[in-house]
Amino acid sequence: MIRIAIVFLVLVVGIDATAQTASRGPLEIRITQGVEGALPVAIVPFEWGGAPLPEDIAQVIANDLTRSGSFTPMPRQDLPARPTDVTQINFKDWRAVGMDNLVIGKINATGEGEYTVEFRLLDVFSGKQLAGFQIPSHASNLRLTAHHISDIIYEALLKTKGAFSTRIAYVTVDRRGPKDSTYRLQIADADGYSARTILESTQPILSPAWSRDGNRLAYVSFEEKNSAIYVQDIRTGERRKVVSGIGINSSPAFSPDGQRLAVTRSLEGNPDIYVVDLSSGQQTRLTTDAGIDTEASWSPDGQTIIFTSDRGGAPQIYRVSPAGGPQQRVTFNAGDYNARASYAPDGKSLVMVHGGGGFHIAIFTLATGEFHVISQASLDESPSFAPNGSMIIYATMGGHGMELAATSVDGRIKQRLALQHGQVREPAWGPFRE
Amino acid sequence: MTRYLLNMTLAAMVVVTLSGCSSLGKKAPANAAVENGGISNGEMNDIDAARSRGLKDGAGAAGANALNDPKSPLSTRIIYFDYDSTTIRSDFGPIVQAHASYLAAHPGTALTLEGHTDERGTPEYNLALGERRAMAVRRQLVLLGANAGQVKTVSYGKERPVAEGHDEASYGKNRRVELVYP
Repeated sequence: MIRIAIVFLVLVVGIDATAQTASRGPLEIRITQGVEGALPVAIVPFEWGGAPLPEDIAQVIANDLTRSGSFTPMPRQDLPARPTDVTQINFKDWRAVGMDNLVIGKINATGEGEYTVEFRLLDVFSGKQLAGFQIPSHASNLRLTAHHISDIIYEALLKTKGAFSTRIAYVTVDRRGPKDSTYRLQIADADGYSARTILESTQPILSPAWSRDGNRLAYVSFEEKNSAIYVQDIRTGERRKVVSGIGINSSPAFSPDGQRLAVTRSLEGNPDIYVVDLSSGQQTRLTTDAGIDTEASWSPDGQTIIFTSDRGGAPQIYRVSPAGGPQQRVTFNAGDYNARASYAPDGKSLVMVHGGGGFHIAIFTLATGEFHVISQASLDESPSFAPNGSMIIYATMGGHGMELAATSVDGRIKQRLALQHGQVREPAWGPFRE
Repeated sequence: MTRYLLNMTLAAMVVVTLSGCSSLGKKAPANAAVENGGISNGEMNDIDAARSRGLKDGAGAAGANALNDPKSPLSTRIIYFDYDSTTIRSDFGPIVQAHASYLAAHPGTALTLEGHTDERGTPEYNLALGERRAMAVRRQLVLLGANAGQVKTVSYGKERPVAEGHDEASYGKNRRVELVYP
């Protein structure tokens, strides 16, 4: 078992990366493109009187807000004061340095490894409190608490739910030779920290897909020398083989209610889309044409399944009802390769791999049929939306193989998430955490 | 290379004993470190089976030599494909013919076709393309005399490249169907 050394680097934006020494995740995050016009916010180090804590909560919050592309937290060394209580704030100081908002907080010990984290978000101009909470936490949970605070700040200021406390699933590949590799299915926090392996195999692992409640992952594993689809409960580790047999068994996608999986099977030597009822095991075949049909994805309302098909000659996106019936083509002619589409959380657009002189990530607006290309490298793949629709994560070719990239939907901020050794592929952004 | 020869020898021995028992399943251990060692547990089992059952098929032994003969077209175990194509190129026609004839003459022998693609395109779409390539070779083998039940396909898509470069030289090596005798 190789332990991967960890570094957390922030190259472009002026936040205090040196305070971040207790790194836990295997992914190194680089912000490769910063932003102009992001909101200035000051996050004061939280008051704490005891022995050093495993996490610097204010720093985790600042890093979260920076990564979103919507905020520029003030560098810690530039803070004009370090209040931890409302009575200590002189709002004039903060207006003088151009801050719109101020975050202060305190951590109190409530038992062995038990804490209460208290914070307030204040409007510097009106002096009013916009949000304030006391959150019970635990030594092992302080990062998550910080992400929850980031979510609250983001929502209070932008009126959109934050996705900092969400997780991503992805596959790492450590390749020693054509038939000598280690594949790991991992889950990490959205900032790349707290990674853990939920499956390790010498055979390929593909296509992790989340259930909407965030408790299960479906994926494809070749551990029995052919593709088979498994569903694993990530809380207990318990897993079940749900689709296997002759031909391809791949590309699982949970229905929004978590009761069914859309999958690809090639029982008769040609890949088609099926829907599998997870409790009864009953399979319904949705497509029967002679072309390749694969990469099914559900609309957020569960009424439509989109998929990739080359029935027209080149791969394009089509749609079908989960009950079957007629299939309509969704993408036309713009690029000779449109594949692996999935819905934005609001159901109004798709993100997909868009080819023709390289493979890029593009957002396709359903109402207008317009493509908006948001990535520039030549081998970009496996895009998925953050559950609040603000960011897209995808895989891209890096210096030593595939790594992950994340970009805001408007393209203003771009990040890379890379392993120090080996490749990382097939990211899937998880749902909101309850 | 040594490992290759060893595997070839093992393949030859296994072919001898598999006559009439093509369904002999290999158990793939879930945590298989088998890919590392050169000889898989499955192959070891097959060898044990050979010892216990004895060599009873003279024709099979001769065929095994043909499989093992570096001058025979049967020694070619990889068929390459053009970009985005599932058509078997004419230069591989004699190779496919030779394997089809061999399978026809050895109805107890099983063959697995592993379909592979280059890295361009999505993982899942490439899984389908790899299967299409493997199915194209299978169809041709059956047309030329192999029994459909002898030939199994599996697609790895772009998951197992033999060349890691991002250029046509590498891509050409990765777009392939591997013929794997047990």
